Amino acid sequence: MEEGAPPGGAPRHRPHDDTEQRAHDGAPTGAPRRRGLGARLLRPRTRVDWFLTVIRVAVLIVLVVGFAAFIAQEIDPDNPFARWANPDATGLTGPQFRGLVISGIAQGSMYGLIALGYSMVYGVLGFINFAHGEVFMVGAMTGMITSNKLADAGLWESNFIGSLVFIVVVSIIVSSLTAVIMERVAYRPLRGSPRLIPLITSIGVSFFLQNASVVLLGPASKSYPDVPDWVKAKHTFLQIEGAKILVIVVAALSMAALWYYVDRTKTGKAMRAVAEDAEIAALMGIDVNRTIVKVFAVGGAMAGMAGILWGILFRSVIHTTGFLPGIKAFSAAVVGGIGHLGGAMAGGLSIGVAESVGPLLILEPLGVSGVSQLRDAVAFSMLIIVLLVKPAGLFGERLPAEDRA
Amino acid sequence: MSLAAPSDPAPPPRPASEPAPETGPSVGGSDDDAPPRPPFAQDWRRIARMGAIGAVGQIFISLSNMPVKLDGRAIIEGVLSLGYLSLVVLPLAAGSRVGHQLRREGVPFHRPGAHEVVGGAACGALVGGGLSLLAILIANFNLREPLVNWSPILADLLAFNRGTAFAVVIWLAIGAAVGAAAGLLRVVPPLARRVLWTMVLTLFGAAVLESLTTDLAEGMGIEALIDWFYAPRGGLTITGAIALAAGSGVLALVGRGRIKGAKARIDALEGPARNRAQGGLILATAAVLVILPMFAGKLTNELLANVGLFVLLALGLNIVVGLAGILDLGYVAFFAVGSYSAAVLTAATSPRINPELPWFVALIGVVILTGLVGLFIGAPVIRMRGDYLAIVTLGFGEIIRLLFLSDWLSGWFGGSQGITNIPGAEIFGLAEVAGTDPRSVFYLVLAFCAIAIYVSWRLERSRIGRAWMAVREDETVAEAMGINTVNVKLLAFVVGAVLGSFSGAIFSAKVGSVFPASFLILVSIVILVVVIFGGMGNIVGVIAGSAVLIGVLGGPKQPGLLAEFSEFKLLIYGALLVWMMLARPEGLIPSVRRTRELHQEELAQDAWLRGQTEDDHLENGEGRS
Repeated sequence: MEEGAPPGGAPRHRPHDDTEQRAHDGAPTGAPRRRGLGARLLRPRTRVDWFLTVIRVAVLIVLVVGFAAFIAQEIDPDNPFARWANPDATGLTGPQFRGLVISGIAQGSMYGLIALGYSMVYGVLGFINFAHGEVFMVGAMTGMITSNKLADAGLWESNFIGSLVFIVVVSIIVSSLTAVIMERVAYRPLRGSPRLIPLITSIGVSFFLQNASVVLLGPASKSYPDVPDWVKAKHTFLQIEGAKILVIVVAALSMAALWYYVDRTKTGKAMRAVAEDAEIAALMGIDVNRTIVKVFAVGGAMAGMAGILWGILFRSVIHTTGFLPGIKAFSAAVVGGIGHLGGAMAGGLSIGVAESVGPLLILEPLGVSGVSQLRDAVAFSMLIIVLLVKPAGLFGERLPAEDRA
Repeated sequence: MSLAAPSDPAPPPRPASEPAPETGPSVGGSDDDAPPRPPFAQDWRRIARMGAIGAVGQIFISLSNMPVKLDGRAIIEGVLSLGYLSLVVLPLAAGSRVGHQLRREGVPFHRPGAHEVVGGAACGALVGGGLSLLAILIANFNLREPLVNWSPILADLLAFNRGTAFAVVIWLAIGAAVGAAAGLLRVVPPLARRVLWTMVLTLFGAAVLESLTTDLAEGMGIEALIDWFYAPRGGLTITGAIALAAGSGVLALVGRGRIKGAKARIDALEGPARNRAQGGLILATAAVLVILPMFAGKLTNELLANVGLFVLLALGLNIVVGLAGILDLGYVAFFAVGSYSAAVLTAATSPRINPELPWFVALIGVVILTGLVGLFIGAPVIRMRGDYLAIVTLGFGEIIRLLFLSDWLSGWFGGSQGITNIPGAEIFGLAEVAGTDPRSVFYLVLAFCAIAIYVSWRLERSRIGRAWMAVREDETVAEAMGINTVNVKLLAFVVGAVLGSFSGAIFSAKVGSVFPASFLILVSIVILVVVIFGGMGNIVGVIAGSAVLIGVLGGPKQPGLLAEFSEFKLLIYGALLVWMMLARPEGLIPSVRRTRELHQEELAQDAWLRGQTEDDHLENGEGRS
């Protein structure tokens, strides 16, 4: 890999096997070689292909009709098309829409931070670290404990920024440690085993961490201490809550720091090399085990950061806090092209915005009631749709050497 | 003293990263063993490391409140409770582990001796020292705020109500004693070890099965005997424990090799004789399962019915995961669809459509619906790579639950209120199966399990079954052999879905109501743990896995024999899943084929060590276990 590659070292040009690799791995296993879109749509091979085509078309129709109905009801809720789609249509006001987009971006940047961990581990080891969501939960829990202790000591109110930095540092250390121990205990002995084995192991680790939190800290939901007024107040002409600004800014800063770390430092270079081909990297004198530990530590640190942001934004954590954000962050990593760091962030933002806007944009105009309950369903559907339509993700995926074949 | 001993007091600790090349048949007989190592030439760093890990584990166990919660469950009256047992398991394991030597080609294997005992005692003392440390910390600091179990109750339990200093000393002593005992177990001859283990396991088993045996004994009218064995407030009586230990010890002495011999004889049988033997075994098992519930009370039958429901689910997932190698994390979706469709079709109270069909007629609808849902979920995901497939099925499982929960479809499925007042299953006018009569539920479950076992057994040996296994082992090769991988995998998905829906239909008839909260993803994971624990791809293994895990620890919501474990069972399931994957990925009762796949490299290494050719290595080594 040449120096100064894009974040995550995603190769833009791999002269030898770019298209080949896509044909083999980008597409699901056993799929035919990729033909043009039209050819694929028009000449399905088997009944399953027909079925998939039907599903794709149906999804497309739902999306288009829903969006059209949304536009129609935005123009005038009483026009016949909007009434036909949903008799009770009201449409969204500008501020409502803006609020949804902004909270989508704020949540999405947290998903993005978590997704970085999935993406980096996948890039290096080639398996989905299902327990990464739990590392995020550990970070949020640590933040909860530390901030409550600080609040008891009175430091939280008197020096909010200082305490925030402190809990971020503590939570980053704890969640990095969790990730590193996890790697050492559960994943390192399994290197080189079939891909599903570490995945199943990571499900076990995730289950264990969740329930360890229940038995140690109790099953009840726990809250962060009260934040100062400026965090709750709305700012600027966009009327964004301070917490959301904080989340977005901190996420952007962390992302920039990570980019610098992976792209400009020697360790980052080693990570990229290991992701490219662990064996050859070892031959080049890179300590692969150490590098992998660092990847887990960095991924854990990002998850711990996201955990604190989650705590500041929602002010409440429970042992299952990590599960849904974890799955959504994984979706984000896939949407952005797994193994691609910029993609993970972009994927996180798009998942976040889609789940906050999607139900009101597509489902509500179609007359589905109680759409806000379907947020999570929308996030999962987005994952499924992306994997159906473009399994390599928006930015192209990057796989470890043994998967390219 | 051998030449190697002074310079090389212990084998180098095995780096955890390499797979354990355990003893193969060819290596080291006892003749060429080196003499025991001197007692104090220990690998102290290894002991310190293991002791520290164990101590952290002890502190975790204590702070998880396991000792306090489990203290109420006596194993031997007045002597040992499950709570204290949970505190001696780690010193025992660490003490035993410290004395572990690998038999490796070219490395001398030292006969166990005082070295192992001293090492075990040192390591055990360190592990026990974790509790001493905890006792001191609890006495001096208050961390009740985040750690809910940081309480005086725990401190009292650790100190046997006698103050912190006593706790510090006693736990060091207990740890050392237990660790030394574990080391001693390595020294005693194998026969004595086996007798000891049999006694310990019998006592533990008898204590765990207490409610079951008491219940059965009441049914059979032999309470007097049971009263002699079990104390009124739970646990074995001391005399009962001694009698049981002696009896099992004698049995182990007399019966040694008999069971193995019988198994070998059955394995050696060929053709019709073997079929007869197997048929006899199956008939005997079936007879026991039919007769047993007649003597059992409500609780036992309830337990059996729960186990049966999970056997059914696990058999279904076994086809998907074990045979076809598709990791389906959203299996609960089919359970949910089965339950809900049965509820909608049979209940008069279902919101939109309520045909009030009899249960067996509704079952046809359930099968068709679940099959369709299986197709609908399966078709898009079946071509994905295994790990993506796992996450996407998980997504589908969650979407299905969210849809049942949503207001949007509450007109059909009742939203979060679910569907209640579901009538029981009427079996051709003969009997009514409902939750109030767990025995009938068990018989119904048993019948469906029999069907599921027969179906999986036949499928496994059919053309389709072989195609599944081929796809599991190597999809590309399978495709090259002319297998339509997509159709074959889809079929596995649908068959698994239908088996799951049976369980769902019985569940709704048994419980009488369905709620979205019964179908969390965690159910899928528990079924997965059951399948993996028992042995993927092996019917007997899967049944044994459900019986042990669901029966003893309990299902996601259902209590097991050790009801005290209900808070910890999910924790244990998680740890078990990790441990199984690390130590024994093929499960308790492995399928021979699956083992070979999972240990290909090790088998090849063993063969290489023995100087055998590549071709015959699969016929030997661990694959035979």
